[in-house]
Formats: sequence, structure tokens, C-alpha cells
Amino acid sequence: MSDTVIISVKGISKTFGGLKALIDVSFDVFQGEIYGIIGPNGSGKTTLVNCITGFIRPDKGHVRFRDEEITQWPVHKIAGVGVTRTFQLMRPYYSLPAFKNLIIPLWSPRAKKYGGWRGGGRHGDRDTVAIDILEEIGFERESRVPYKLAGTLPTGYQKRLELARCIALRPDVIFCDEVFSGLSMSEIAGMIPLIERLKMDGVTLVMIEHRLRELFRVADRIMALNFGEKIAEGYYKDVIEDKRVKEAYLGSEEV
Amino acid sequence: MEMKRKERIDRGLKVRTEGIYAISSFKEIAYLIGPRLLLIGGVMLLPLIFEVAPYWKRVVNYMCVYAILAIAFDFLANYVGLVCLGGALFVGVGGYLTAIFNTYLSLPFYLSIPFATVSGACICTVIILPCLPLRGVYFAIVTLMYPILFSRIIEAFNIFGGTNGISGIDSFPNQYLEQYLIIIVMLVVLFGMRRFVNEDVGLVLRGIKDNDQSVRASGINVTHMKCMAVFIASLMGCFAGAYISHLYMFAGLSLFALDFSIIPIAAVVMGGGGTLVGAVIGCFILVPLSEVLRDFGSFRIVIYSVTLTGFIVFKSEGIMVYLQRKYHQFERWAKI
Repeated sequence: MSDTVIISVKGISKTFGGLKALIDVSFDVFQGEIYGIIGPNGSGKTTLVNCITGFIRPDKGHVRFRDEEITQWPVHKIAGVGVTRTFQLMRPYYSLPAFKNLIIPLWSPRAKKYGGWRGGGRHGDRDTVAIDILEEIGFERESRVPYKLAGTLPTGYQKRLELARCIALRPDVIFCDEVFSGLSMSEIAGMIPLIERLKMDGVTLVMIEHRLRELFRVADRIMALNFGEKIAEGYYKDVIEDKRVKEAYLGSEEV
Repeated sequence: MEMKRKERIDRGLKVRTEGIYAISSFKEIAYLIGPRLLLIGGVMLLPLIFEVAPYWKRVVNYMCVYAILAIAFDFLANYVGLVCLGGALFVGVGGYLTAIFNTYLSLPFYLSIPFATVSGACICTVIILPCLPLRGVYFAIVTLMYPILFSRIIEAFNIFGGTNGISGIDSFPNQYLEQYLIIIVMLVVLFGMRRFVNEDVGLVLRGIKDNDQSVRASGINVTHMKCMAVFIASLMGCFAGAYISHLYMFAGLSLFALDFSIIPIAAVVMGGGGTLVGAVIGCFILVPLSEVLRDFGSFRIVIYSVTLTGFIVFKSEGIMVYLQRKYHQFERWAKI
């Protein structure tokens, strides 16, 4: 973790009709850290990620990646500079085998810039790269799993596939939208080393999570959202001791 | 009482793993090449067989034209996720352009057809470009509207011969060229597309069908890719249109007829969506069928609909998917 700010969010606001989904949210993410975003259901966490990665245009506010203003950029351009995301509801390409799912990010302009491989065909070089990435993320190379249709894989593997799709782009920042949700304890135990290894490789991770215990094991700093507002930020022990965070999760004691 | 059940078993051939085993024995080679050779050989022989019935030669040409349109529809609908009913648009634009090149600019047919194909595809892509963000049935409706729009414009402004159309287009120098041109192009398109959808670019297009948000999040411009797919499909469609113009030596409003949009869909439903070969087989059944039923007059639409409904109800997977399964597996009765 360094002092360089890699993602800087300033005063993001978004309303859907009468609903204020995000109200003036600002935060900075430093290069190489794991930044956690927590909050009760409907507090605007996914909307925030959508705003940063370009899936939704924010009404107000700015997002900066390194020194570039990326607020109004289209999604593919933001992904092209290395700000990638996973989806909360997994979105694999159901009709393709798992390893062929990775051909699509590997075909993107960003991945082409890095890889010197030739593509194409039933046994092209991209297939080899895809299998390598899948092995790295926990698909056993010798098993049948990487060759199965992505739609038939269990949830744990689909979550990994979401991460693998990001890794194939050689990202600088990954926004992980609830990668632990819906997984069993043992599956989470298998995911945590992956997250830690990504951090060691110098990738900045922003993790949205409901599984607080697991998040606190890996995260450097935490931000808490409630009803679209930032209510606390800092080291996890300070955040969970914060009065407003307790109220948001457990309810207020005042009548 | 002895109970039996049906058991489905894969054929014990190594070639099904799609590896180097394909050339390990003559049996395996025959297993792979057999069906392909049957199709290619069969189609190539058709013009020679129909020497005895010259009327049916025209039908063969039409079968191939519709097959190309059906491949274009199948590619767009089942591999890119764009349900495009613009078959008539492609045919009309290609047909009129080749007529313009051939009669007004007096280019020979071997130049006017390629020019019309490429420029027509560019025009169609530009026209469809604004409605690419639409999905599903909305895209279908807009593309269905375009051919009607074009024919009304030609009618209203009385351009390109108005309702009389453009006549006096060159025909093909001989009958065999006429037939084998469309047959060979159809086969090249068929096998070319089958290969294309399994290339990396084809996989990206298939990814867009499964879910375009994820493709965008992978850093790929979805609109570019959709444009490319529409361009490829309209290349095929415009070629078909240009060919029809030269075949009839006439380009008129009938080129924008809805048949060119509807019959390919029916053929894809019948043959099996997402197989590409299915589209061709569907056309090879539907087009002759509608020729045979010509004697029944307006009653033929009833027989036609009953056939289609029967297919949708009883074999909704389509002929080709069914045949593929039968070819790769066999069934037997086993004791329980």
C-alpha cells in the first residue's frame, strides 16, 4: 500500500425518480490496498460501483482514475484503462465452456496490448492463456471443470469465473461486488487466498461485502454506507464501533 | 413383468473429443467427413439431376438464395442475439444497387454484383446502426419496418423506375454459371460461418448474445461488434438480392417483399436454430414444398401453417439438432 491515490470519488449523487440512491459520496482509494464498502441492504453500494464503472451516469460528482477524469466515459473505455468489476449476480456466458468465457476479455484491446499471443481457432493460443488463468483462480486443469458449460457450474466456480474475467484484463483496480455472498464457509476459505494474492500482485481491490467477518480479515480500510450516505470510514474496528454504523445495522435504541 | 427403458449411448468413437483423433483411422475420418460430403455432393449434383425437369432448376436457385438469407438470420438471431427481420431490406438494397450499377453505369455483372454486395452492406449497416441498442422484439419490429419504408419511398418519389422497377439488367451468360455461382457461394457462406462462430471473434459475438453487459465490462465496444455482425449478415443478404436481380433481369418493389424476411425464419425454426446447417436444410424443405403446393392456390398457406405448427409442437428443437443427436448417439432398450 502506498500513498498514491488511484481512484478518487468526489461528491457522487444519484437519484432514481424520488429515491436518493447516493448523496454526495466521496472517498479515495490508495494504490494496492483492499478497500471495503459495507452497508445494509439498499444502502447504495452497488449503485456506487455502477456509477464508478460507467454502467450508470451519476447526476453529480466526479470520478478520477490516477490523473484522468473518467466520470462520463463509456463502460468499455473505463474497463480499457484497467478499472474492472465483477457482477453481484453472476453473468457468465452460459452457452460457452468455462475456459471459452475468458476468450472474450482476452480478445479485448487492453488484453491484446499485453499478450503477444496469436488468437483463433479451436486450439488457439488464447485457449492456453485462458486455461492458465483458470488454473490460477482455482479450476483444476486436469479435471473436466474448465471444459464444462459455464451455465452448469456451481455458484462457487461462477464467482471465480467472474474474478477470472477481470484478471484476464490485467486490471489495476477490481471492484468486487459481493464475491463472497452465496458461498459456503469452505468456498470462502478458498477465495481469500486468491484475494490476498491479487493484492500482492499490486492490484487494488474495492470489495462490497455483506460477510463482514471475512471482509475484515482482508480489508485495509472500510467505508460504511446507509441510505446513500457515507456514515463512517477507517480501520474496521473504528467503523464497527461507530454509533451510526451500529444504528444502521441494529436499529436505533431511541423510540 | 419385465420392465424396459430406453437407453441413450454415445458412439464409441474417439473423434467425438474433437482432437487429433480425427485422422487416426479411416472410420473416424469417414464419420467426420461423411455428412459434410453428403451435403456438398448432393447440392452440387442438383443442377445435373434437374436436367430432366428444367423448371425445377429455378427452384434450386431459389432454395440457395433463401438458404443464404436463412444463414444470415440464424447467425444474427442465435449467435449475436439480434432478431433481425430485415432479410427483405438486404435483398432490396442489394437488388436495386446492382440494377443501378448494371443499367445506369453499365458495369458487367461480375463487377456489379460484388460492388452492390459491399456497398449495399455498408448502406444496410448504417441504416440499422441507430436501432442497435434495441433488443429482442423491438429490434425485430424496426428491421421489419425498413423494407416497407424503402418501397414506399421508391413509390412516392417515383425514383428507380417507381412501381415499374428497373428492367433490362444483364442476365448470366449461361445457365451453369448461374446455378453454380449461387450454390458455391451458399456452401462457402455456410462453412465459412460455421468456422467464424467458433473463432475468437465469433465467441465475442456469442458472448454478446448471452449477456452484453459482461462483454462491455470486459472492455469491448459492443456497438462495434454488433455493427460488424450486421455488416457480415447484410453482405450475405445483399449478395442474394443482387443475384436475384440478375436472375430475373429485373429489379422492382417485389424485392422488398416480406417473403424474404419470413421464409428464412420459418426455415430456421424447422431446421433447428443455432446450427446454421439447419437453416439450409429448412430452406431445402420449405421452398420446394411451397413450389409443390402452388397448385393448391390460396389453400397452400393452410398446409404451410400446419407443417410449421407441427414442427413447433412436436420437434421444436428442429430437424438438424435431432439428426445431430441421432448421429452422435444411439438408443437401445435395456432391462431395468
